[in-house]
Amino acid sequence: MSMNISCPFCGDRPLEEFAYGEVYDIPESITDPDERNLDRAFFYNNTAGVQREAWFHSYGCRRWIYIQRDTITDRIVKHE
Amino acid sequence: MNEFQERKVKLKWHEPKKNYDVIIIGGGGHGLAAAYYLATRHGITNVAVIERKYIGGGNSGRNTTIIRADYGIPEAMAFYKRSVDLYYQLEQETDRWMMFKPKGMLRLMHSEANMQSAIKRAHTNTVFGSPTDILSAAEVSKMVPEIDMTGGGKYPVVGGFLHHAGATARHDRVNWGLAEGANKHGVHIHQRTAVTDLIMSADGSKINGVRTDKGDMYADQVLCAVGGHVTSIGNMAGLRLPIRTHPLQAFVTNHYERKFEPIVASLLLHFYISQTARGEMLMGAHVDRQPAYNYRAGYDFIQHCAHHAMTILPFLRKMRVLRQWTGLCDMSPDASPVMGLTPVEGLHITTGWGTWGFKAIPASGESVAETIATGKQAELIKPFGLDRFAKDRTMGDLGSTGTH
Repeated sequence: MSMNISCPFCGDRPLEEFAYGEVYDIPESITDPDERNLDRAFFYNNTAGVQREAWFHSYGCRRWIYIQRDTITDRIVKHE
Repeated sequence: MNEFQERKVKLKWHEPKKNYDVIIIGGGGHGLAAAYYLATRHGITNVAVIERKYIGGGNSGRNTTIIRADYGIPEAMAFYKRSVDLYYQLEQETDRWMMFKPKGMLRLMHSEANMQSAIKRAHTNTVFGSPTDILSAAEVSKMVPEIDMTGGGKYPVVGGFLHHAGATARHDRVNWGLAEGANKHGVHIHQRTAVTDLIMSADGSKINGVRTDKGDMYADQVLCAVGGHVTSIGNMAGLRLPIRTHPLQAFVTNHYERKFEPIVASLLLHFYISQTARGEMLMGAHVDRQPAYNYRAGYDFIQHCAHHAMTILPFLRKMRVLRQWTGLCDMSPDASPVMGLTPVEGLHITTGWGTWGFKAIPASGESVAETIATGKQAELIKPFGLDRFAKDRTMGDLGSTGTH
């Protein structure tokens, strides 16, 4: 899989320069703090659709950037 | 149904019924194996397998067809040993040629530390019933003369680890064999049928059936054997799952004119290679770091994997890449599968088949079928239940996956 990510500091750069970072999104419906910790540790939304994620530009400016990507089409919907 | 598939798989078509004893969502290897073992071992034949596309068209046909049992933790060793044993008798049992070929799996070791861990693993595997030998560099070279023992001057091969039970089989033939076997016993296989929702009881604690685009079907027991979109099914039942879906890539080269017997793997260089029945060299594998649900493949993987493989096997320089493909891997946080009962009554699950799904097809099918038939988690898969995360009894085994 290859795609380009538009880094606000370095411009349009290939995916291989970045490291993937997860943005945890625990559902509001889980209210118990222990349950939330458990969810944080082991469970995932695994979104089929648009999700927010962080990428670290490890071979570039070494800064975290946030994007919204559609996991079904691999299209980047929004650069934040 | 297209011509090709009708000729290859002789399945009897059934009109979808309203009521079944068991409904299996997902007609891949795991779903079909569960149906097969339910019919043959437990006499439960009022079963429907619901497949969104066609048999063999999903992730069961998108792997690298390796069968082995050299895992890193005792629970997994016992489980995969059972799977390999079942594979060895599967052709005879289903009376269907699956191109099953025992080859032996040779892992290359590149350093003293590599060798130490290999010795430990070889001993534990041998104790758990999968004979595994440690080879010297000279023995490795004699076994596979193609290997550059200097590793391109950078990754010298200092020894090897030979897992005798290692084998390959043709993946879609395994699916066809299991599908026909189950079908022969009266199992309904509904292809091109998509599950749109689950029918739950009013309070959501029990499952009553599934809604499909071909109508509703009711059953007390439902097995979710979906590859890839398992989280969508989990959401329908209100279940949180410890799964992320990542694409996994692999490729084959053109025909290599000589026999290349064992499966060769290097944990350090993250590649494994085997020769297919057509003589192509099959190489893999790489799990994309970011979760995704698409089957797109990329050049960076070919570049990395081919570079590593050529370091060890210089003859590959003359080969060309013929095909490349991607499958979806359901990765669990501890790199072990999730099987058996769920908090929802009547809903069973088999998922978390990250990069170890194909080799586990018979054992998973057998154990899940036993769980469905008896209502109790089968002994072999007790450690692999969904409840292990809340109990903090994870089964960490990432070192055995052979990918990165």
